[in-house]
Amino acid sequence: MHQPAASTLTEKILARAAGQARAVPGEIVTCRVDLALLLDSGGPRRIWPRLKELGVGVWDPDRIVLCTDHFTPAVDAESAAILKLTRDFASHFGIRRFFDMRGIGHVLLAEQGLLEPGMFAVGGDSHSSMGGAFGCFMAGFGAIEMTGVAVTGEIWIQVPETLRVNWSGRFPRGVVAKDIVLFLCRELGMENGGRVLEYGGDTVRSMSIWERMVLTNMAAELGAETGLVEADKVTLDALRTAGREPAADACDWRSDPGATYAAVHDFTATELSPQVAAPHSPANSGPVAAFDGVHVDQAYIGACVGAKLSDLHMVAEVLRGRTVARGTRLLVAPSSVQVMADAAADGTLAAITAAGAYLLPTGCGACAALGAGVLAENEVCISSTNRNFRGRMGANSAQVYLGSPYTVAASAVAGRIADPREFLQ
Amino acid sequence: MKVLEGRAWVFGDDVNTDVMAPGLYFKSSMAEMARHCLEAINPDFAATVRPGDIVVAGRNFGVGSAREQAAMALTHLGVAAVLAGSYGRIFYRNALNFGLPALVFPAVATVQAGDLLRIDPVAGRIENARTGAVHTVNGIPAHLMAMVEAGGLMPWLRIRLQKDTVP
Repeated sequence: MHQPAASTLTEKILARAAGQARAVPGEIVTCRVDLALLLDSGGPRRIWPRLKELGVGVWDPDRIVLCTDHFTPAVDAESAAILKLTRDFASHFGIRRFFDMRGIGHVLLAEQGLLEPGMFAVGGDSHSSMGGAFGCFMAGFGAIEMTGVAVTGEIWIQVPETLRVNWSGRFPRGVVAKDIVLFLCRELGMENGGRVLEYGGDTVRSMSIWERMVLTNMAAELGAETGLVEADKVTLDALRTAGREPAADACDWRSDPGATYAAVHDFTATELSPQVAAPHSPANSGPVAAFDGVHVDQAYIGACVGAKLSDLHMVAEVLRGRTVARGTRLLVAPSSVQVMADAAADGTLAAITAAGAYLLPTGCGACAALGAGVLAENEVCISSTNRNFRGRMGANSAQVYLGSPYTVAASAVAGRIADPREFLQ
Repeated sequence: MKVLEGRAWVFGDDVNTDVMAPGLYFKSSMAEMARHCLEAINPDFAATVRPGDIVVAGRNFGVGSAREQAAMALTHLGVAAVLAGSYGRIFYRNALNFGLPALVFPAVATVQAGDLLRIDPVAGRIENARTGAVHTVNGIPAHLMAMVEAGGLMPWLRIRLQKDTVP
């Protein structure tokens, strides 16, 4: 009797989206897109002129989610025009799921319950991998390729191998998902092309959906096709909280026992210390102690990966009863309007602002030198964002360190890169 | 697709898309953004690169953001092809989607700045006039050949739409 071969979650999703029984690593498949995320950055402003040139519309407006986040709020004539064009696109094509100035797209997908296990989704931004926390396959592509998706509803994928990354044990106090992923950037390197990172183990199972999203977000920095986490009760609860009833078979979207992995890595969370990545690469990371004493001009809490409610809670925990050091500025840009509202309602914002933090509008902002908080020549910043490439946050000589929200907040109080555990006794 | 001939510009490993298309110039025109292409690692590049020149780089070229302006800045400056040890996944796709041949070339260390290279992107043949070496690498992947030969994704979509194969 022929037994169907065991498959990884990624292989199952790609097979389903390609309309075939199996998808084998290395094979080129053409997948039907369940959901396409377009942003103001690489979305309508780049796609619409091409649609006009081709004389076509979008294949299915109900499978498109459109968000403004990179150029919000408008600060000059150019950004205002980009946002206006994005709004015009939404009304012209009847995009019902248009979230204008509601927050960063990757976070909105989760807040709005728009992703579900088994889905095949694409986004016009590298951190689209963040969606994989919901047990779906979601990867980032350039605007030119999103144009192809907008026209045809299809995209080709070379079926990636799956790298299983297991974490076990309880985190020490002050250590979180961001520390795991900065550790992995060093340990696994940033060149994991042709691979998907499937995160598992009891440490990951114990994480909230928001912390899992940190792991999948930074699959981009690891250079992987994307990252994902198999669905479980945490996933289903997150969907229900967002007002979406998950499909009855949602938790069946997982890798089969005996599925073939390119490699399986087992790491222990119990001995992990807070991690910091030094300029100019996320892979340039090490324990926070290695950078102790580096003066900080700016501490930044922002972006899809680092300014969710769970992140602001970490910041407030450190800041309660303390103040930001003289000579250092702490900038906080919550990642969505909902995060801002929730943080206002539960006292988090009060704790953060009482400590002297400078509150910024929601949006991608300084993470990519697009909004407020850009760095001057030779300034030093520690940031809860995901990328510290040269010039990323402003001047080419600026020095950007990456850390968890705990570490960024502790460093803001100390005025130098500091171990958050000293502040969490 | 014709054989390309051009001077080599040599870069190291992990050249990311932020340095090819800096965020500070995101709202500017392509011409303005291209003027700052790679300036963080080679301030002379954008001003002195000539049409037909070839970018040769180490591993993980184009790591980072999905911004298509990274590949567009290179084509805007007239770069005819990219040879690198390996690529960031989105950059690689973007490059081919703009008809910019990007080949995986393990022997980048044998190339010096200014070397005259002859590249057949279809056959995967790379010839260095200075060293006389002829390298055989994988050409453009078969499933993308028609698209790249057509000049990129836009011309390819136009062909597909004319054939009415798009739903």
